[in-house]
Amino acid sequence: MTRPVDPAAGAERFLAREEHEATHDRLVWGLRQKRDAGVATIAEWEELRELASRIKEHTLAHLDRYLEQFEANATKRGTHVHWARDAAEHNVIVHEILRARGAQSLIKSKSMLQEECGMAAYLEARGIEVTDSDLGERIQQLSREPPSHIVIPAIHKLRTDVAALFARELGTDPDDTEPRTLVEAMRRNARPRFLRADAGMTGANFAVAETGGFVVCTNEGNADIGAAVPPLHVASIGIEKLIPRARDLGVFVRMLSRSALGSPITQYTSHFHGPRRGGELHVVLVDNRRSERLGQPEFWPVLKCIRCGACMNTCPVFRRAGGLSYDATYAGPIGVILDPGFDRSKYRELPFHSSLCGSCSDVCPVKIDIAGQIYAWRRVIAGDGLVPLAKRAGMRALGATLARPAAFRAAEAAAHAALRTAPRALLYNGLNAWGRGRELPAVPEQTFREWYLEHRRMS
Amino acid sequence: MSARDDILAAVRRNLPRTDALLPEIPRFAGGGEPAVEYFRTRLELMGGRSMEVPTVAAAEATIGELFPDARVVCSAVPEIAGTRRIEQVRDPHELHDVEVGVFRARLGVAEAGAVWVTQEDLVVNALAFLSQHLVVLLDPAAIVNTLHDAYDRMDCSASPYGVLMAGPSATGDIEGVIIRGAQGARSLTVLLLTDSTARNTATA
Repeated sequence: MTRPVDPAAGAERFLAREEHEATHDRLVWGLRQKRDAGVATIAEWEELRELASRIKEHTLAHLDRYLEQFEANATKRGTHVHWARDAAEHNVIVHEILRARGAQSLIKSKSMLQEECGMAAYLEARGIEVTDSDLGERIQQLSREPPSHIVIPAIHKLRTDVAALFARELGTDPDDTEPRTLVEAMRRNARPRFLRADAGMTGANFAVAETGGFVVCTNEGNADIGAAVPPLHVASIGIEKLIPRARDLGVFVRMLSRSALGSPITQYTSHFHGPRRGGELHVVLVDNRRSERLGQPEFWPVLKCIRCGACMNTCPVFRRAGGLSYDATYAGPIGVILDPGFDRSKYRELPFHSSLCGSCSDVCPVKIDIAGQIYAWRRVIAGDGLVPLAKRAGMRALGATLARPAAFRAAEAAAHAALRTAPRALLYNGLNAWGRGRELPAVPEQTFREWYLEHRRMS
Repeated sequence: MSARDDILAAVRRNLPRTDALLPEIPRFAGGGEPAVEYFRTRLELMGGRSMEVPTVAAAEATIGELFPDARVVCSAVPEIAGTRRIEQVRDPHELHDVEVGVFRARLGVAEAGAVWVTQEDLVVNALAFLSQHLVVLLDPAAIVNTLHDAYDRMDCSASPYGVLMAGPSATGDIEGVIIRGAQGARSLTVLLLTDSTARNTATA
């Protein structure tokens, strides 16, 4: 059994400097508000959600057929198609493609799948220089940290953090914290790397079965530099990225960036159908436990996810705790339901890193019932006997109390009296996690029941 | 068994039982504003700009006015000379010093403020990404309202490479502050060729 990650400890590390929490919360919630404004410009938004959900469900229900169709059409266009059962196979395939062509250096745009596979570390150990071309990813790479958000990888960092990092790594002025100067410094540093790279790697947002092509969405144009400048382009694609028709892109492209950042589209939506003139194109289709997930009646809908990050931006826990606190490839609500599928024991705490408020389900563009899945994972983990003893005992006592009205009333009266008179040390101590970092609200004069009975009499 | 056969067998074994049919995508009308005006405001929202010029010859003069100090102007538009012809570029790395890249777009998408550009328009795809500034020529009659209309019209699989480009390269990766000119082009100017519209409307 793997040692579980500790999201509460991770959150505490993030909260150690208060300005991080405040800025993170403001920025991430700002994205949620921009999303709302972007969504409001489309009258048929709910209809699009329904369409997107049904297109994805249909594709997953016939995924074998669509994968074969994609492979046949991609091959016809001169794309080399490879298949990888798991992360290890993916990394071996990529390394072999690079090695066979003598590629020493690689520039890669953002790919959560490549993160999932631990690809960069694998290639670096084999002497290949890997440079992230997305600014946020590069910041994280230079910090030797994983991305904290699937769309904005370094959103948990302040401009002063980035200035200090660039001063150390790029030799910039540590006191110049102006984002424009910092972006310019990275642009100047990155360009020579782009020009000398032997290969470019990307992920894919969508793979189209009927055309054998795939689509990559970025705002920086960094994926396109990787595809257009070096002679070799390799794309890693999870098998759940398939959609049937080119027309379906209209639905998904309209929703992706609006859900993520509120903008009507990403700056670049790039379509790759075979190698560019003078280039070579490889696609690695990766399973890595996706087929297993497909067979879980309760959990397969998570494969509909288009990685927009809307659920993270709206999540009260993610906003306050930061993405690194999840200590997993995928953070936020989507991570809470994806990660345990990779390692149930290691990520058993994550489904409890949620208030179950349900806001994630409301903003999901492909209608995944994320909150429902979080709850379902809690049941699975409890069934495994993986819930810590203290929580288990507490839940059992709570269950017994809530099941019997008389017991509940007695407990309520006792707690009401106790909370009003208890000394602070009893509530705010090391044993009560709920008392850490927050103050209880003032205890009202009456319990809700007393208030209710009194007002019912009056009416 | 090969990885391919293994994966397909595992997928087949595990296909979820759902009767979801592949839905038809209805015709969505879009904004209602005239497409050209909508396109121009959306492009501005995405950090680009647009100008009306009557002809390609006028476009060439405008490029000179917009970038008077540009030493390397690389053009993929036959009627615009520039200082370097894209057809003469053998390797994308040769484009590293381009200040202004000039090409035509086939289509504009109003709701996204985006232009559709393919490998045939760029000749060397890197022209759109290594150039510091971009100038794109577009026939206003080729602007459609929504992305649905665009995918119906443009056949995104006809070229090995096609991109919907909405404004210049941008990032919000440092404290959400939007900076134009992240890794790709610093600016994008769309020149709307108004005379071609007049001609098209006259013959319509």
